Amino acid sequence: MTTTTLPQPGAPAEHEEHPKHNLTGFIIFLCSESVIFLAFFSGYALLKTSALNWLPEGVEGLEWQTPLVNTIVLVSSSGTIALAEYFKNREKMLLFRGFWLMSMAMGAYFLYGQAVEWSGLRFGFTSGTFGGTFYLLTGFHGLHVATGILLMGLMLIKSFIPGNYQGGEQGVQATSLFWHFVDVIWIILFLLIYVWQ
Amino acid sequence: MTIATFPPEPKPDQGRSRYFGFCTDAKVIGIQYIVTAFFFFLIGGLLAMVIRGELITPQSDLVDRAVYNGIYTMHGTIMLFLFIFPVLNGLNNLLIPTMIGAPDMAFPRLNAVAFWLVPIFGFLLMASFFVPGGPAYSGWWSYPPVSIQNPLGHLINGQGMWITAVALSGVSSIMGAINFVTTILRMRAPGMTLFRMPVFCWTALAAQSLQLIGLPALTGGAIMLLMDLTFGTSFYRPEGGGDPVLYQHFFWFYSHPAVYVIILPVFGVFSELFPVYSRKPLFGYLYVALASFIIVGLGLIVWVHHMFPSGVAQWMRNLFMVTTMLIAVPTGVKVFAWLGTLWGGKLRLTTPMLFCLGGLFNFVFAGITGIMLATVPVDIHVSNTYFVVGHFHYVIYGAAVMGIFAAIYHWFPKFIGRMPYEGLGKLHFLLTFIGANLNFLPMHPLGLMGMPRRVSSYDPEFTFWNVVASLGAFLLGVSIIPFLLNMLSAWIRGPKATHNPWNAIGLEWLLPSPPPEDNFGEDVPTVISRPYGYGSGQPLVEHQDEIERRLELMEASA
Repeated sequence: MTTTTLPQPGAPAEHEEHPKHNLTGFIIFLCSESVIFLAFFSGYALLKTSALNWLPEGVEGLEWQTPLVNTIVLVSSSGTIALAEYFKNREKMLLFRGFWLMSMAMGAYFLYGQAVEWSGLRFGFTSGTFGGTFYLLTGFHGLHVATGILLMGLMLIKSFIPGNYQGGEQGVQATSLFWHFVDVIWIILFLLIYVWQ
Repeated sequence: MTIATFPPEPKPDQGRSRYFGFCTDAKVIGIQYIVTAFFFFLIGGLLAMVIRGELITPQSDLVDRAVYNGIYTMHGTIMLFLFIFPVLNGLNNLLIPTMIGAPDMAFPRLNAVAFWLVPIFGFLLMASFFVPGGPAYSGWWSYPPVSIQNPLGHLINGQGMWITAVALSGVSSIMGAINFVTTILRMRAPGMTLFRMPVFCWTALAAQSLQLIGLPALTGGAIMLLMDLTFGTSFYRPEGGGDPVLYQHFFWFYSHPAVYVIILPVFGVFSELFPVYSRKPLFGYLYVALASFIIVGLGLIVWVHHMFPSGVAQWMRNLFMVTTMLIAVPTGVKVFAWLGTLWGGKLRLTTPMLFCLGGLFNFVFAGITGIMLATVPVDIHVSNTYFVVGHFHYVIYGAAVMGIFAAIYHWFPKFIGRMPYEGLGKLHFLLTFIGANLNFLPMHPLGLMGMPRRVSSYDPEFTFWNVVASLGAFLLGVSIIPFLLNMLSAWIRGPKATHNPWNAIGLEWLLPSPPPEDNFGEDVPTVISRPYGYGSGQPLVEHQDEIERRLELMEASA
């Protein structure tokens, strides 16, 4: 992690060190990462619009009520993580940890819901382009949710290091950005897969 | 700001062992990149010699046809992913921090990890020569359905290793790109606004932005390809409802911009070197800098021109023909800016300048055949022929590799601290320029006559031009000998370089040769004018006279 140095007295204003490299780098990474999803989304749309038999035989469509509940849980965790960040900035660490843990739990619930949904489906990864793209998109997104939960766990542990969140620490901000990113991707994914049937 | 401690006391030699381990100094990583890249360049070059040796006669007599498929596939893959991208990242590592006055890259450890991925995926790719079934043989595009065949049924096969290596190369390049963009955006010296930045940094910023936008698409496409090959999905399998053309979209969405990732930094090198060796400011700095980003914007919407014969809709062909031709405008702006720089200048024909002039000549030629290829009827006529091969070898070898050689000769004294030999350099240039043109020019008539690419035997009527091309290729092979000899002997016992042997203007030339580990350290000079102030007498930074006097004193006492 970067350490900040105070600007030297009398030094030109531009000469101070830039403390936010990590966040800049992380935002650039997220922009780049979104292109992979964009590639998968456009592949999905292209395959779907040009398919003769989109759904595998015996599959009527996807059930959307339970995934909708999952969606609501995941999207509201964006709110709880924002609250957690708000309390961190006001140095109310207990409330920060509470809301942070709650966001983690909501993410974990989402993953659990997805696992339940997967196990009840009657098509597999190799069931045509529908099965392939369905598992690819939800699986790749689920991997990001799992990564987000891991990152949040790491930040939670780090919050017990005294004085860690004073100054140049940007991990919480980066993790929370990542979580919002994962949520936005899911909304697009939900619209593409469950709403557009 | 004080300059009392600048230049720093010369530190004891940190030893050459740093070059063999995990080091986070961008200058060490830069040289590691370049040396690794040239190691693979020799392997890729050797494969090219085998290809041209095979093609010197119309019969398929040197290697087995199946082996030949593997050889051209690996030649293309090695040259792009293991030579040209790493060598350019090496230049970025050396030049970006020193040109903008940063002590290092923004994320030094990430930088080192990005480098060490190169030998790892390089090893993976090399290992694919030794697995049952041999290396990938579907060409460097790896189009399905050829690339999703696994006739021997082994889990570990050449094609799977190829996809994994390319995906790892993507990860490495993304790490590098995040680093370069962050460094350029956030670590510039005081007073160095974006429009006081050397053009090389502009072009690097543009090229690395393209990496960030384009590469994930290829990675996504490659993941799906690997799934089709290994797990039996059918994203690209027509019999399962998949679409092989989808892969072509993913592939070219990145791999066309990849050409700009390669050529943009070389434009940067031209823009740096022409002013130095003609003693004139860069003509139209602002337009040259901004044209890089126009190339980025247009470069992202031209990819379908690789797919004109792939059954795409006519409106798409027309659209992408127009966007492709529009690219000639910003590149033309650059070419005329360089000519304007050369015009009336006091030209010094040093080795780097000769490489630049040769590269520019070849680039203009490649640009003209590029416009021909953008035209839908011409493209369909010469699709998959040697015309295309000739065109892109003019771009990649004729322009980009010559620009890279120019950069190496120009900045070698700065980062190694010793001067390369001019005589050997000029011999290298002569062999390269003649060899490249002799090798790649005959490919154009061959393509127009209808000789398809990727064949090991051909109709005897194509013999003459193939023999000429092969002789050119062997000349190119020989041309590497004076280069390696020059680099090695100059590194070991070349004459010591002063801090500014070419009398150039730029922050990197205000550092000792070689620069200390943290470059300017705390005493980054404040930039007060635009780059390339040749002939204006205007200093680039505050206290420039004092900095130069101290450097000279240090050199005199050494």
